[in-house]
Amino acid sequence: MAKVLMKGNEAVGKAAIEAGCRFFFGYPITPQSEVPEYLSSELPKVGGVFVQAESEVAAINMVYGAAGAGARVLTSSSSPGIALKQEGIGYISNAGLPAVIINMMRGGPGLGTIQPGQADYNMAVKGGSNGDYHNIVLAPASVQEAVDMVMEAFDLADYYGTPVIVLADGLIGQMMEPVEFNYVCKKELAPKTWALTGKGDGEKHMVENLVIEPDECEAWNKKHFETYAKIEANEQAWEEFLMDDAEYAFVSYGTSSRIVRSAIGYLREAGYKVGMIRPKTLWPFPTKAFEKLDKKIKKYMDVEMSMGQMVQDVAYACNDKNKIEFYGRTGGVVPAVDEIVEFGKKVMGGDK
Amino acid sequence: MNTQRICCAGFGGQGTLSMGKILAYAGMLEGHEVSWCPSYGPEMRGGTANCHVIVSDEPIGSPVVTSDANCVIAMNQPSLDKFVDILGKDGVLIVNSDLAALKEDKEDIRVLNIPANAMSTQEFGGAKLANIILLGAVIQSINTVTVESIDDAFTHVFEGGKAKFIPDNKKAFKMGYEFAQNYK
Repeated sequence: MAKVLMKGNEAVGKAAIEAGCRFFFGYPITPQSEVPEYLSSELPKVGGVFVQAESEVAAINMVYGAAGAGARVLTSSSSPGIALKQEGIGYISNAGLPAVIINMMRGGPGLGTIQPGQADYNMAVKGGSNGDYHNIVLAPASVQEAVDMVMEAFDLADYYGTPVIVLADGLIGQMMEPVEFNYVCKKELAPKTWALTGKGDGEKHMVENLVIEPDECEAWNKKHFETYAKIEANEQAWEEFLMDDAEYAFVSYGTSSRIVRSAIGYLREAGYKVGMIRPKTLWPFPTKAFEKLDKKIKKYMDVEMSMGQMVQDVAYACNDKNKIEFYGRTGGVVPAVDEIVEFGKKVMGGDK
Repeated sequence: MNTQRICCAGFGGQGTLSMGKILAYAGMLEGHEVSWCPSYGPEMRGGTANCHVIVSDEPIGSPVVTSDANCVIAMNQPSLDKFVDILGKDGVLIVNSDLAALKEDKEDIRVLNIPANAMSTQEFGGAKLANIILLGAVIQSINTVTVESIDDAFTHVFEGGKAKFIPDNKKAFKMGYEFAQNYK
């Protein structure tokens, strides 16, 4: 398929359809409203269902229902809307159901601003709902990667029986880049024999959430954690950019990693041996990327559009919190390349 | 070509986002890496609108242009004042001289004052094609994409019922291109 120039928000909508998603439940919010706008016209054309729910809370519970019926189902929103969906995400996690949730993050907290942000890292990665659970969290840095990750998200959700969050931001939602859509399912997926499709003369199926006996509830949790252990072992993903001879490494994801990539160009020209580890999965966090680097790297420079929500994960992964320096902008401010260059020079010992 | 960073700015309704889109589309058709990054927000008609376009032979880092711009197109005065300083060395400032003027000389940049509103009004009876006239000047002034690719992009961007707009767009583009070619 030839490349087309598409807005991130519309491209992720098309990606979902290409991956076989036929159900979308959501509620508009800037900067992701083109996702529901696009799907409201495109889903009916392929026999799908689009519902603009009365609220985000209603939308995520419709997702819960469709997932229980075995459908490939999507919702999307932006930060405050995703905050409203947290209860439902926890329920879907506990029920062990597959669903895909797109978050085009904006500045927060609360209503915040509509400009791009990355301050929902903790909400997505550490869990914004109650209880012991994880979601797979994918972090695209381009429109093409957002497309690929949305497609992959449906496969991961079905394979592991867990919600998958695609954590992008307003910039990726609003910008246009060339994209192509080549959906190939890379997982061997079992038929959804557990789905609630109407008993008829068949066997009884149940989607459970209340496990009232503590012993049983603990066992239920542990079963989920067996799945999480498999995900941590198998699904860590990251990009290494100019790391072969690097003495210093930026750590950055999504939009901020794009700014860092440009900054590295200038820093390399100035003679600094610097590269970047770019997590593509935020949960599971790509600790394997750091294990092999170990003592070689003098400093890890964490750059985010938040006040440093990823720092603890980087510290855990590199196992030396003294090696970490942080630079962040927040509240909807996208850092300029120059700022990152200056930060890098300061950490790496001034002008060369 | 390496990397070309372009900022198109004006007020809402002047077509700054569209001119950027056509440039990005042409870059894509030539097989380059491209990004088109718009301003967004609670804007109103007459408010500011801008987009940043990058055309490159390498994967694009920051899609937001905050420095080292190769070209800034200022369709009105607030846009000129806001973006002139992001131009890099030897950058080109293309000014819609009917609505904006560079107030003090700047070193290391080239300035093209083009009366795009008047040119569009004279030829097409309104200022609606001022953006494409200025796009013609962009393509003549910096090394991004070919005229043929812009023509191709018009046919992709103006599909179906919009195809009737292609001849005027091509004409406007040529006017701007030739104006820049003969610029003293």
